[in-house]
Amino acid sequence: MYPSFDSIIENLNAGKTYTFPGGVHPDDRKSLSNKDSIISPSIPPLLVIPLRQHIGSDGVCCVEVGEHVLKGQPLSQSSSPFSVPVHAPTSGEVVAIAPHVVAHPSGLTEMCVSIKPDGKDTWCELSPLTDYVEQDKSELVARICQAGISGMGGAGFPTHIKTSTSKPVEFLVLNGIECEPYITSDDRLMREHAWQIRQGLDILTHLISPKAIIVAVEDNKPEALEALNIACQDKDEYRVVSVETKYPAGGEKQLIQVLTGREVPRNGLPADVGVMMFNVGTCYAIADAILHGKPLIDRIVTVTGEAVKAPRNFKTMLGTPVSHLLEAAQYNPKKQKAPKVIMGGPMMGFTLSDATIPVIKTTNCLLVPSKKELVDDNAERACIRCSACADACPASLLPQQMFWHAKAKEYDKAEEYDLFDCIECGACAYVCPSEIPLVHYYRQAKAEIRLQRDEKNKAEKAKQRFEARNARLEREKLEREEKHRKAKEARLAANKAKEQAALNKEQTSPAPSDAKDKVAAALARAKAKKAALQAGNADTTSEVSETSPPTDDKKAQVAAAIARAKAKKAAQASNSTEQAVDATNTDTTSDDKKAKIAAAVARAKAKKAAQASNSTEQAVDATNTDTASDDKKAKIAAAIARAKAKKAAQQSDSQTQTVETNSDAPNAEQSPSVNSGTDDKTSDNDEQDEKKARIAAAVAKAKEKKAKQAQLEQSSEQSSSPQDASDSVVDDKKARIAAAVAKAKAKKAAQAKADSERENNTE
Amino acid sequence: MKLSLSSSPHQRVKRDTGQVMRMVIYAMVPGMIAQSFFFGWGVLIQAFIAVLSAVVFEGIILALRNKPIERTLTDYSAVLTGLLIAISIPPTLPWWMTVTGVFFAIAVAKQVYGGLGFNIFNPAMIAYVVLLISFPAAMSLWLPPATHAEVVPTFFDALSLIFTGFTTSGYDVTQLKTVADGVTMATPLDTLKTDLTLGVTYSESLNKPIFDGGYFDAVGAGWGAVSLAYLLGGFYLVKTRIISWHIPGSIIVSVFVCALLMHLINADYYASPLFHLFNGAVMVGAFFIATDPVSASTTPKGRIVFGAAIGFWIVIIRTFGAYPDAVAFAVIIMNMAVPLIDYYTRPRVYGKKAKSSAGGRP
Repeated sequence: MYPSFDSIIENLNAGKTYTFPGGVHPDDRKSLSNKDSIISPSIPPLLVIPLRQHIGSDGVCCVEVGEHVLKGQPLSQSSSPFSVPVHAPTSGEVVAIAPHVVAHPSGLTEMCVSIKPDGKDTWCELSPLTDYVEQDKSELVARICQAGISGMGGAGFPTHIKTSTSKPVEFLVLNGIECEPYITSDDRLMREHAWQIRQGLDILTHLISPKAIIVAVEDNKPEALEALNIACQDKDEYRVVSVETKYPAGGEKQLIQVLTGREVPRNGLPADVGVMMFNVGTCYAIADAILHGKPLIDRIVTVTGEAVKAPRNFKTMLGTPVSHLLEAAQYNPKKQKAPKVIMGGPMMGFTLSDATIPVIKTTNCLLVPSKKELVDDNAERACIRCSACADACPASLLPQQMFWHAKAKEYDKAEEYDLFDCIECGACAYVCPSEIPLVHYYRQAKAEIRLQRDEKNKAEKAKQRFEARNARLEREKLEREEKHRKAKEARLAANKAKEQAALNKEQTSPAPSDAKDKVAAALARAKAKKAALQAGNADTTSEVSETSPPTDDKKAQVAAAIARAKAKKAAQASNSTEQAVDATNTDTTSDDKKAKIAAAVARAKAKKAAQASNSTEQAVDATNTDTASDDKKAKIAAAIARAKAKKAAQQSDSQTQTVETNSDAPNAEQSPSVNSGTDDKTSDNDEQDEKKARIAAAVAKAKEKKAKQAQLEQSSEQSSSPQDASDSVVDDKKARIAAAVAKAKAKKAAQAKADSERENNTE
Repeated sequence: MKLSLSSSPHQRVKRDTGQVMRMVIYAMVPGMIAQSFFFGWGVLIQAFIAVLSAVVFEGIILALRNKPIERTLTDYSAVLTGLLIAISIPPTLPWWMTVTGVFFAIAVAKQVYGGLGFNIFNPAMIAYVVLLISFPAAMSLWLPPATHAEVVPTFFDALSLIFTGFTTSGYDVTQLKTVADGVTMATPLDTLKTDLTLGVTYSESLNKPIFDGGYFDAVGAGWGAVSLAYLLGGFYLVKTRIISWHIPGSIIVSVFVCALLMHLINADYYASPLFHLFNGAVMVGAFFIATDPVSASTTPKGRIVFGAAIGFWIVIIRTFGAYPDAVAFAVIIMNMAVPLIDYYTRPRVYGKKAKSSAGGRP
């Protein structure tokens, strides 16, 4: 149901109101305290002012301990839109700024400023704004905030936020209902200060510019109605409406429903249905703030119940401890079974844990019941499903269902029954014949549900973080693997490229001068020597020392490689038909053998280069191996021989063959680098030489075998006999063959040379 | 000063469960007076037996269950159950049958489920049905109203009947049922049922002597007065807001409407609405039995549905069923449906749109 503005006005004009479902009619017991006028009690010996007396956050404290403050001086500044300052209710000295028990059912402490009054009650400088109509609205709103005004009806919503709304307001309602039994503070205020309330209404109307203005009072307060009628008589648009007495008609949502027939949507605000509501006490305070410049420092508090001898209303300074007021009302503890003070009314008030708890902006009553007045024993019986609670609920809930589920801790079901729509008015528990404390169950269920929601949120966040972390680790792992793979590929590629480049270089690059070659070769030699010396090997040879440690190996390798390259170049430069083969060092593992091989090769090439002036001849190094016959040597020899054989096969028009065999030679000079080259002046000889070479290889094989058997005893200058390699027998054999071939050739060449020389000499 | 703590609200309405039950008992008084006027002392003796055995049985079971005996007994629910059984059974029923019925009501229909507040079925009606099915003959021996009876049993007669089966003069119940002209007189409902099977029409049946003396033609003598007395008690309950008008109102309206429809279809076979309303236990059922809070529906709309369905069943079972009266069966059938009814008739909560509330997902 959403009646239009016009139909509501029509209704009001006819003197009718809507109604809300449910509700109860407790004894109102107002006559206890509404007969006497408001008086001010004496100034208490200590005032404890909590920094937070509203919905929102504390203001920033702006006084220090020991400071002397004046009445009305701000004690805190507003630090955010939802914080409202507090002021000193009287002049005095700040004795403490510390946590103190505050007015909350939990009995927990909050930050409070304690002031010891000096009794003089001196005001600070006030700056009223009587011509507020001329002022900017924002200025008025700021004043309201600075005056520390928040809702005084019970909730404590910061007033300046409400008054600075941008939504259009259809109805401005002043709530003078005061539906709870026993409480009469608003009643007396309306009776005695109706004019100032009216002034506050003027200010609010100016600020908010509503379409209609309603002042609502329950019909059990005829004097208040009359007073307000008189105060508002000159303005027709101020409608003073009498509302049928039914608890809880004073609840914001219920009063809106009674006056306008509209319902505030769940999780919404009254502004959503075009209504803005203020308590009459708040309205009074607004008038004080704007017209007199006075901040909110006191309020009317009813002290009532049968356990006080003189119940009445007191104009109490904020921060007054409850005990001071009880004393002023002549509290008689004997009338109570156990001392009990309720702050608020009997339906929604909460018991205080301590008598030093201070009065705050939302305190409207202190109820001190005698033992026969509010009987409250733990007499909970089984629920008989009579549904009296459902009949009483103003929010049309099903209290017994919420009770069943809350008791069974089935919180999801309780929520399904709209537990959070409960306004905790207490009407259900009021009527329950089985005396079940229904509201208590709902409060506990709500607290549990909130805790569960919190934990669920935290768990959700933790889970998200965990998953993100896992994803990140995964990602990093993949990236790492990717990197490794790429590096490996690059490495392989680089090696291949290097190989290729090396091959290409041998075939195509031009050679530097002989001198450079010599220098390079010498350098290589020197480095190799160094390496060997560092290894600690005694080496008598001048050429190369072997068995170097790994680090020296590397250096030796590098040096050897450089030397090799240069030697190759030199060799190729001197004889374009020559081909140098470095067939032995294709793999890059750092190795003693390799280094040595390289060194030996380098040496050989250097020698060649030196002898290369005569393009028809080539030097041949006869090599001898020592009897410490290595596998390595054999391998090297084999490899070299293989390469040479290959080359020979590939040569289409080659006049010379150079075969170098390198070996791991402890004796440099004995290193079995066999260079057998045959000088052939005629191309015919090539083929023959090949054949001869092959034959020689076979012969060599046989000899190898023999040599192997006799290896231990002999050390000879003859060509090395390759020993068995531990790796493979085949390699061994091949090595042997190759070595033998080489030897044979060498011999032949030498013989041929010798013969030719002899022939030359003799002629 | 150490202050004691409690949770709001701090005051209660001055009417606890015991008081509610007591007020229902008070509301039954006019009806019981009328019943004992027309049918003798038997009703009151049965009431005594039933209440005593109910309290004793409940006390024993509470002791067995280790529950607080006095606190539970002072909720007067056992007393009320006993009384409801007492007014439902024939006043001359042998005492041990009464005790058996009460045992079933208290021990089986109430305590086995968990005690007050946890029972699904109305205990008094369970007792009645158990007795009806177990002892059909004895349960149909109703005395004729005093205005028509040949022999009206005195107090001692009634006592002796209940405990021995015979009056002090030696009559038994069947003999007592004889009236002046030698015909045994049954209840109005019984009479009509038998007559219909014999081919007698409804209006012809109304000529039987049992229907003389009632203020409407259709209303039986004595029985009509009793129903009226219970109706008055029921008004008292509604006025004092012990019960809400929804259940009794909808039962009465539903019985009226269903009977009217059937009567209009065929006035010869189907009894008129007034016949149904004032004969038998409709009034008692509407105000005292169906409104038992524990076993009835709790939402306002649900209560109307609950009552309407009960009324429907009463008329149907009376007309087409084997037993003359059907209030007990109708109530028990609807007790079974209460959770379903409650679920689908949830009221719309403040601030929520109508569509998204009542009748939500199961």
